[in-house]
Amino acid sequence: MNKVQIFTNGLVKENPVLRLVLGTCPTLAVTTMAFNGLGMGIAATFVLFCSNIAISLLRNVIPDKVRLPAYITVIATFVSIVQMLVKAYVPALDKSLGVFLPLIVVNCIILGRAEMFASKNKPLDSALDGLGMGLGFTLTLVLMGSIREILGSGTWFGMTVIPASIDRFTFMTTPAGGFFTFGCLMALVIFIENKTGNKKERSIGCEGCPSKSVCGAKGGCE
Amino acid sequence: MAARLAAIFFTMILVDNYVLVKFLGICPFLGVSKKLNSAFGMSCAVIFVMTLATAVTWPIQNFLLTPVDAEGNLKWDLGYLQTIVFILVIAVLVQLVEIIMKKYMPPLHKALGVYLPLITTNCAVLGVTVLNIDNGYNFVESIFCALGAGFGFMLAMVIFSGVRKRLEEAQPPKCFEGLPITLVAASATALSFGGFGGLIENIFGAI
Repeated sequence: MNKVQIFTNGLVKENPVLRLVLGTCPTLAVTTMAFNGLGMGIAATFVLFCSNIAISLLRNVIPDKVRLPAYITVIATFVSIVQMLVKAYVPALDKSLGVFLPLIVVNCIILGRAEMFASKNKPLDSALDGLGMGLGFTLTLVLMGSIREILGSGTWFGMTVIPASIDRFTFMTTPAGGFFTFGCLMALVIFIENKTGNKKERSIGCEGCPSKSVCGAKGGCE
Repeated sequence: MAARLAAIFFTMILVDNYVLVKFLGICPFLGVSKKLNSAFGMSCAVIFVMTLATAVTWPIQNFLLTPVDAEGNLKWDLGYLQTIVFILVIAVLVQLVEIIMKKYMPPLHKALGVYLPLITTNCAVLGVTVLNIDNGYNFVESIFCALGAGFGFMLAMVIFSGVRKRLEEAQPPKCFEGLPITLVAASATALSFGGFGGLIENIFGAI
C-alpha cells in the first residue's frame, strides 16, 4: 500500500465506526451535539496519532508477552496529556465529555490499531494510519452529532437552524435516540454497500476485537 | 445513611443504567447478549470485577494520589496519574483474580474465567472507578455504586438477551439485518428505561 492509500483507508474503506464497529461507546455517548463529537474526535485522533508513532518505534523492543500492558501504558500517557490540555484550554468540552475523556484509554480503536497496524509497520506509515483512522472517527462522530443535534435541539454547532416555532424531536438527544441513529446510519451504509457490491461482514464478536489474540473466550462473544 | 445507600444502588440500576443510559460497556452488551447463559456469566464477572476494582482504586486515589489532611487540604496532588494508575491496577487485578481462581476455585473459573480477560479493557469497569471519584463518594457509597452499576449491567444484559431471541425470528429489511436491527432493538430497550426517571427521588428523597 502506498502512503496515500494508508491515509485514506480509515476514512471510508475501513471506517472504524461504521465498517469495523470499533469505539461504539463514545460514538453513542458524546454525539448529542456536533461540537462534542468534534471535540471527542480530535482528542482521540491526537491520542491515536501519538500512540501509533510511539508503539511503532518501540515495536522491536516490547516483548510479545507483555505487549498489551505496554500498549495500554503508552496510550494512557497520551490520554493524560490530552486530559490536561482539554481541562486547561477547553473546560466546556471537559465538562460535556466527562468520563469519556479518560475512557479514550480503553477505546478499542486505539488499542486495535496498535495491535493490528502500529506493531507491524514503520513509524511514518503508522502515523498516517493513525491520522486517517482518527479522521474517519471524527467525521463519523460529527455526522452523527449533526443529525442528533439538528433533529433533537434544532441547532447545529450551537446555531439555530430550525425555527423555534417547529417542535423539537427531543427523542434524538436521549440515549435511546443514540442507539436508533447509529442503527439507521449503519443500515444506510449497508444499503449503499449492497448497491455498490462492497459488502463487509460486521460482527461485534471475536473478529475485529483487539483482545482477540490474548482473550480466553474463544468465540464466547457471539 | 441506609436510605442514601439504597438510593445510590437503585439509581445505578434503573435511572443511570450503565449500558442503556450512560453507554458504558456497549461491546459486551452487543457481543455477549445472544445467549442467556453467557449473558448471565459475563454479568456476574462484571459485578465481581467492578466491586473489586472500586475497593482497590478508591483507597489508591484517596490515600496515595490525592490524600487530604485533617483540615481538608491536599497533602500532595498526583491526581493527573489517575488514568494510568487505574487502568494498570485494573489490568493487574483481573490477571491476579484469574490466576487465583484457576488454582483454588476451578468450578468458578470454568464458569466466569472465559469472561475475565475481556473485562480488562471494558470501559464500564474503568468508568465506574473514575465516576466514583468524580462524584466524591466515600468508600461504602463507592462500593454500593459499583454493585448497583454491576447489577444494572446484568439487568440490561438479561433483558436484551430475551429481546434478541425474538429478533432472530424477525425479518427486517435487508439492509437492517444483523447489527443495525440489534441497535434499533437496543434503542427500544433504552426507551423503556426512560420511564424510571424521577422514581428514586420520590421513593428515597433526593440524594
